[in-house]
Amino acid sequence: MVGTASELLEVTILSIYVSGMATILGSAIGIPLGALIGLKEFGGKGAVKTITYTLYGFPPVLSGLFIYYIFSRAGPLGEFGILFTPTAMILAETLLVIPLVTGITITSVVEVDKAIKDTVKALGATPKQSVLTVMREAWVGLVMACMVGFGRVIAEVGAAYLVGGNIDGKTRVLTTAIMLETRMGHFEWAMALGAVLLTVALVVFFFLRMLQEKEML
Amino acid sequence: MTDAISLKGVSKRYKDVDALKKVSLTVTEGEVFGIVGPSGAGKSTMLRIMDLIEPPTEGELFIRGERMAFSGRKADLARRAIGMVLQKPVVLNRSVANNLAYALMIRGWDEEKAAEKVYAELKRLGLHGRRRKNARILSGGEMQRLCFARATIHDPGILLLDEFAANLDPANVALLEEQVKDYMAQDRARTAVIVTHNMFQARRMCDRVALMWDGEMVEVAGRTDFFESPKDQRTAAFVKGESVY
Repeated sequence: MVGTASELLEVTILSIYVSGMATILGSAIGIPLGALIGLKEFGGKGAVKTITYTLYGFPPVLSGLFIYYIFSRAGPLGEFGILFTPTAMILAETLLVIPLVTGITITSVVEVDKAIKDTVKALGATPKQSVLTVMREAWVGLVMACMVGFGRVIAEVGAAYLVGGNIDGKTRVLTTAIMLETRMGHFEWAMALGAVLLTVALVVFFFLRMLQEKEML
Repeated sequence: MTDAISLKGVSKRYKDVDALKKVSLTVTEGEVFGIVGPSGAGKSTMLRIMDLIEPPTEGELFIRGERMAFSGRKADLARRAIGMVLQKPVVLNRSVANNLAYALMIRGWDEEKAAEKVYAELKRLGLHGRRRKNARILSGGEMQRLCFARATIHDPGILLLDEFAANLDPANVALLEEQVKDYMAQDRARTAVIVTHNMFQARRMCDRVALMWDGEMVEVAGRTDFFESPKDQRTAAFVKGESVY
């Protein structure tokens, strides 16, 4: 139970840490992957895009199950002993962020005006420089991708519960705490934790929006 | 005189449309070569091939006598020796100064040297006061002059201009044409290919002019011959202002 201010602070900080790290890791993988899929021509590109968009609906509990299996004692990476730790939660949530960030990045870079892509090439940019320039032009969309990724994981409960275990003082985050408080009949507490969750999201989105609207110079 | 650009039997096919049909052409070093013709004649496609942006379906491109590949490191390097300005002014979402600096930074210029060059160029363009503003706030004419400066700030020997002054008011057209003439006058070895459907512009600026029609090169002649005694009837009609579109 989240009964004191220090416990609330601990749970809130862990929520931000786990969701933030999952967003950073998922974006570090999803943004380059999305740019590659969006800007490179290759066979089966349409199928890859369809699969990516389909994974938007990847169930958190399935992502949790996958990480649970891999890191369980009998699993292939069981020796790492990270199950029921924040690291396992981060990994499970990263899997949820990757398809979202990849998909939105694909759309963002594809939508950069062809004239800009031609101009950059005509100015003599190498393929790598062209990709980086197009990504910078797609900045608003890329920040949006991170926002959507963060929004998904800060609010999810299935993966965090399955691989974290909702251990008091160790892996309890806001969403798993809300679930627990509701089960125990502490509806006011659960609602209050919900308000904290929304406030955290509001603050993070406020900063991301500022980043998104920053004038490029 | 050396050949600056040479096309040999170049064709370009988009799905079921033949944009270029076995075009051969040589542009000599130091000349301003104009390509005129109605919309859809294949003028811009030819320029995109000359700038190695698009490969031809068949045929070969030579730049200063060297056969060009259209991808890979060699193509990247060859493209860097060419400056191209498109019809639509396209600025990057960054400051006026950084738009200019971009062309130098991708070439690995030292930041300090690039800043000096950009500063001088902006002074000349009269955009110095707005160097820190996002380039998207500029007017159409200012944007296009910035695009021209960005395409030439690294002193390319070959300049490709695709309808570079279309959609601009006469004052901006005059300013841009002056900018092109100034650039060309700085070095007699510089070569320019200007695609335009504006015959008056071709007459004002070009040493030789070619008419393209339906993907084919109809006639290539010196400016005076082209405008005053055209050999092909389509050239004659075009020069008179008939069958323009």
